[in-house]
Amino acid sequence: MEKSLSWREFIITRLIQASGYSAILFVALIFFFLLREGLPTLSEVDASSLLNFRWYPIESYFGILPLITGSLVVTLGAALIAVPFGIGTAVYISEIAPRWMREILKPLVELLGGLPSVVLGFLGILVLSPFLRVFLDLPTGLTAFTGSLLLGGIAVPTVVSVAEDALDSVPRAYREGAWALGATKWQTIWRVTLPAAKSGVLTAVMLGVGRAIGETMTVMMVTGNAPVLATSLGSLFSPVRTMTATIAAEMGEVANGSTHYHVLFFIGMVLFIISLVVNVIASSVVFRAKKRAERILS
Amino acid sequence: MMTKFLSRNRHTVQRLGFSVITLVAVFTVLPIIGTVIYILVKGGSAISWEFLSGFPHDGMRAGGILPAIIGTLYLTLGTAVFSVPLGIAAAIYLSEYARDNQVTRLIRLAIINLAGIPSVVYGLFGLGLFVLFLQFGTSILAASLTLSIMTLPVIISTSEEALRAVPQSFRTVSISLGATRWQTISRIILKEALPGILTGVILGLERAAGETAPILFTGAAFFLPRLPHSAFDATMALPYHLFVISTQVPEMPIQIQYGTALVLLVFVLTMNVIATVIRSRARARRQW
Amino acid sequence: MVDKIIIENLSLQYSDGTESLRGVSMEIRQNAVTVLFGPAGGGKSTLLRCLNRLNDLTEVKASSGRILIDGENILDPKTDVIALRRKVGMVFARPVTLPMSIRENIIYGLELMGEKRKSKLDEAVERSLKLSAIWDEIKDRLDEPAIALSGGQQQRVCLARVLALQPEIVLLDEPTSGLDPISTGKVEAALLELKKEYTVILVPHSVQQAARTADHAAFFLTGELIEYGDGKTLFTNPKQKKTEDYVMGRFG
Repeated sequence: MEKSLSWREFIITRLIQASGYSAILFVALIFFFLLREGLPTLSEVDASSLLNFRWYPIESYFGILPLITGSLVVTLGAALIAVPFGIGTAVYISEIAPRWMREILKPLVELLGGLPSVVLGFLGILVLSPFLRVFLDLPTGLTAFTGSLLLGGIAVPTVVSVAEDALDSVPRAYREGAWALGATKWQTIWRVTLPAAKSGVLTAVMLGVGRAIGETMTVMMVTGNAPVLATSLGSLFSPVRTMTATIAAEMGEVANGSTHYHVLFFIGMVLFIISLVVNVIASSVVFRAKKRAERILS
Repeated sequence: MMTKFLSRNRHTVQRLGFSVITLVAVFTVLPIIGTVIYILVKGGSAISWEFLSGFPHDGMRAGGILPAIIGTLYLTLGTAVFSVPLGIAAAIYLSEYARDNQVTRLIRLAIINLAGIPSVVYGLFGLGLFVLFLQFGTSILAASLTLSIMTLPVIISTSEEALRAVPQSFRTVSISLGATRWQTISRIILKEALPGILTGVILGLERAAGETAPILFTGAAFFLPRLPHSAFDATMALPYHLFVISTQVPEMPIQIQYGTALVLLVFVLTMNVIATVIRSRARARRQW
Repeated sequence: MVDKIIIENLSLQYSDGTESLRGVSMEIRQNAVTVLFGPAGGGKSTLLRCLNRLNDLTEVKASSGRILIDGENILDPKTDVIALRRKVGMVFARPVTLPMSIRENIIYGLELMGEKRKSKLDEAVERSLKLSAIWDEIKDRLDEPAIALSGGQQQRVCLARVLALQPEIVLLDEPTSGLDPISTGKVEAALLELKKEYTVILVPHSVQQAARTADHAAFFLTGELIEYGDGKTLFTNPKQKKTEDYVMGRFG
C-alpha cells in the first residue's frame, strides 16, 4: 500500500509541476503561432508599403500607419481620462473614504471591470455617440473621442486596483511620522504617501494603458472604423480605426493564407509585442519596488 | 517653507482637495451604477418567457434568444472544464511546490503576460492553433480552449493568493504527523482555500462569459436556427449576438437589443455577486 | 538504560547564512525526559526538527553528521521520512489544531496510514486523550471543532494527536509557552506519565520547567552543546561556568 501511495504522489506532483510550467508553454505557443502566420507578411508586402498611410486591403494597400496612429490617439485619450479618475478614486478609497464607503466602492469598481466590453460598446452606439454628436456639434458621434471615453472607463478598474494596492502598502509609520510633524492629511497624501507609492502608481498607469491598447469590441463599435492617418489633435474628434478593431472586423472575411490574412496576424504580432513590453517593464518596476520595501523593513 | 507648511489656510486647502478627490470618485462610480440601472430599465420590458426560451426569426428581428443563452452557457462550462483544473493545479505548484528560482520567476512573468495579451490576439491564436492547425474547425471546443487560456491568469493568481493565505502551521503540523505533501494539500489546504479559489474561478469565468473578440473567429456563429449538437459545432453566444444585432442588422428593433444586453448583464453580474458573497462570507467565518 | 538516539557530530547551516548547530554529539536515553534548554537561537528547536526531518521543509544549505535512531542513520536520503515522522512525533509551541473536529484531529495521522476500522480509531481516540489527561474534560464534545477549545485543552489535543500514532519518541518544542499555570501543570503531569512508554525530548519554556521535568538535561548556547548530564546534578551543580551563569539567571 505504501508503495502505491508513493507512486500516486509522484504522478500527482509531476502533473502539478507540468501545470505550473504550462503558462510558459502557452506564451511560447501564442508567440509561435503569431510568428508563423504573421511573418510571411514581410516577404509578401515590402516594408515601404507596409509603413505607408493607406489601408485599403481590397486593392492591396496594406499601410498599417493609420491603424497604429488610430490606436495611439484612442489610447492616449483613454489614458487622459483613466489616469486622473483612476488615481483619484484610488486615493479616495485608500486615504479618505470611511470604512463603510470603501466596502461599497471596491466591489463597484470591480464590477466595472467585469462589465462585458460589448455592452459598453452597445451603449456607446445608442447613448453616448448621439449625445456627443449633438453636444459637440460633430458630423458623427462615432469618433476616437467616443472610444477614448469608454476605454478610459474600461481602464479605470485596472488603474484603481493596482494603485490602491500600492497606496495601501505604504507603511503606516510614514503617515504617522508626517502627522506627528504637523502635516495635514492632505499634505501627507501629496508629499509622503503618493511619492512613496510612486512606482506602484506608475505600474497602475502602465497596466491601464496596456488594457486600453488591447481593448477590441468597444473601439470597433464606437470609433467609426475609418482607417485615416491621425496627424493632429483634431483627429480625436473624427472617426479612426485601431489595430485591434481592424483584426476583429476583417479576419472573418479573409481567405486563410492570403496576404491580407498574414498582415492581420502581423498586426496581432505587433500588439503581442507591445503588451509584452508593457508587462515586462511594469512587472520589473513592481519587483524593484518590492525589493526596496523589503530592504527598508528589514 | 515652514510658514507655508504651517500656514493657516492649509486646512482650507485640505477641505478643497478632499472635495475634489471625492468628486472624482463619485464621477467614476456614478456612470457604473447608471449603466447598470439604465440597461435594467430599458431592457426590462423586452424580457418575456418567449424571449428567453424562443428561437430568433425574421432575420433575428423577432423571437427569442435561447440559442445565444445556451451557447454562452456551453462556452462558459467548456472554459471551466479546461481552465479550472489547470489553473488550480498551477496555483498549487506556485504556492506549495515552487522554489524561488529563475524558472519560477519565468512562470510568473509568463502569467503576467498572459493576463496582458489583448483578447483579439487570443482570437488569432485560437484560429491559428485550434481551428486551423488542430483542425477543430470553428467550434465550441476551439472557442472554449481559447477562452480557457485567456482565463488562466485570473484563476491562477487568485487561487495562489487563497492558498498562500492558509497558515503555514497547518502544513507543518500535517507533515509532522506523517502526511505527504499532496495529502496535506488535498486534505487540509485545498479545503481551507476553497472559498478564495471559488471566487477566483467565478471571476475568471465571468470574464470568459462576457468576451467577444476571442470567439469571433474560433466558435461564434452569426445565426443558428438550432442548438449546437456537439463540441465541434459552432454556436451563438450572448456577447457576439449583441454585437451582431447592434451593428450588423439594419432596422433591428431596439427592444430586442436592450433585452439581449440585459440578459448578458444579468448573466455576468450574477456571477460577480456570487463571487463577492462567497468571499465576504468566507472572511467572516474564517477562524485563522 | 538504553540509548534510543545517538547524535554524532551534527552541524547545520540555514540558507540565509545563519548557523544553527555546530558539532553536536549526544546520546538520548529511552524512557526518560531529556530536556534541551538555553537562550533563544541556541539550536534547540533546530535539533528537534532534525530528529523527525521536519527541517526538510526549510531551506538548509549544509548539514553534516549522523543521527542514529535504533541504530539507523535517519539523515540518510534513503530514509522513509513518513515512517520516521510517525515514529517520532512532535508537539509545537503554539497549539495548532487542524481545522476539523476534535476526533478528526486525533485520527488524522491514523487515517493517513490507511486505518479505516472504526473500532481501532475510537480506541485510539480514547487511549490517547486519556494519556494526555484531557479525556474527562472533552469526551462528550469530540465532534465539535477543535478550535473551540481553550489554549491549554488544544495543546493537550495536539499531544493526543501525536500519541494516537503510537510513536516511540515524542518531541515537545516549548509546549506550554502560551499556557496559563494550571494548564501548564496538567501538560507537565502528562509528560511524567509519558516517559513510562516513550522517549521524551522537551524544549522547556523556562529554566524552572527544565529543572522540574528533566531526567537528563543539555544546555545549548549559540549552536553548541555546552554541557550535558543528569538533570538533578546539572541544575544544582553545573560543571561549566556558562551553564551556571544561565541557570542562576545571570543572562538569557
